[in-house]
Amino acid sequence: MASQAAEGQVAGTEVPASNAHADVFPPFDTNYFAPQIIWLAIVFGLLYLLMSKIALPRVAGILSSRRNAVDDDLAAAAQAQFDASQAATAHEKTLAEAKARAQALGQQAHAEAAQAAGARRAQLEADLAAKLADAEKQIGEKKSAAMANVESIAVEATHAILQQLTGKPVEAGAVAAAVAAAKP
Amino acid sequence: MSEAGAPVLDPIHQFHVKVIAPLHIFGVDASFTNAALFMVIAALAVVVVMLIGTSSRNIVPSRLQTAAEAFYEFSQDMVRQTAGEDGMRFFPLVFTLFMFILACNVIGLWPYTFEVMAQIFVTATFAFSIIFLVVGYGVYKHGLHWFNVFKPSGVSPFMLPFIVPIEVLSFISRPVTLSVRLFANILAGHIMLVVFGGFVVMLLGAGAYALLAPLPLAGIVLLTAFEGLVAVLQAYVFAILTCVYLVDALHPGH
Repeated sequence: MASQAAEGQVAGTEVPASNAHADVFPPFDTNYFAPQIIWLAIVFGLLYLLMSKIALPRVAGILSSRRNAVDDDLAAAAQAQFDASQAATAHEKTLAEAKARAQALGQQAHAEAAQAAGARRAQLEADLAAKLADAEKQIGEKKSAAMANVESIAVEATHAILQQLTGKPVEAGAVAAAVAAAKP
Repeated sequence: MSEAGAPVLDPIHQFHVKVIAPLHIFGVDASFTNAALFMVIAALAVVVVMLIGTSSRNIVPSRLQTAAEAFYEFSQDMVRQTAGEDGMRFFPLVFTLFMFILACNVIGLWPYTFEVMAQIFVTATFAFSIIFLVVGYGVYKHGLHWFNVFKPSGVSPFMLPFIVPIEVLSFISRPVTLSVRLFANILAGHIMLVVFGGFVVMLLGAGAYALLAPLPLAGIVLLTAFEGLVAVLQAYVFAILTCVYLVDALHPGH
């Protein structure tokens, strides 16, 4: 290894190949055959062990766990979407049923109300008609009573007028008959 | 890249292996060098992304965890598309190879660092190990039938004496091309960067020619971007060719 130690000291000389390996292209220097291969075997062997036993299985595990996680999430999302569409269908069905029921209830209530109103109106109309008939009867009575009064007034008036005109007492029965005869 | 105060503008200087801690085990030189140091740094970078980044195991990832997952899925697709479902047993190997080479290349692009993949011993160790793995696993799995890989199906028996040697030769050349492709691409790119840097320094020291110095400087900017591409691409090419070769171990009869 003395040649190696000397290498630094010859750095200033003009001839670049003045070290011990002057005649050998450095990559072909067989002095370093053994150390290169030994260290390559050690380093590469250790690296191979680390990669094949630890790193590569770990990366494979990461990749497969990620694939599983993504697949699971996608499946869960699809399930949730399916559930949501099911729920939406059920909701629409319930809504349609409720609407139909509400409509039926409304129609029934309407019909009942109309019936009740009709009944009350008929009742009221009957009452009113009865009152009207009463009133008309009363009016008729009043009218005939009044008409009777009118006849006696007319007789009296006629009697009075005749007395005034003739100056003689007039027979009451004749006057009444005459008035009755004059009545249309 | 070249060290500060390098003796001259020596583009090769950056590839010098330097011993940091001398170490001899059973007479074998196992010294800790700057190459080993940057192997450790690259491996630590991979560990930071892949282990620390994923330590919280978030469903919604942090930045580091996103990066770790991206590397994982990218490599997984690469292995699955190239080597099929059977090839996934080699996924940890291909993944570690890809990440380690990528980390070495990206870290090696920084000034004052050391490029591990510009060492032919390193790339050759990888390439030959892969080919031995292909042969070993193929024979273990298929027995001697595995050697049918050298006998393409549907070839007339008269052609076999010519085809089989070609197949054998192409198989043997695989580790060489695999290692040299990575090594040479990275080496050439790093040499180019230092050579262009040298142009800047030389032009600055050459009187009126100093006016031309921004040109190679702009070249360095473009080259750095290009070397960034090469760093990633060569890691990818190495990993995908590993997959392609591993297919032969799994299915020799194609």
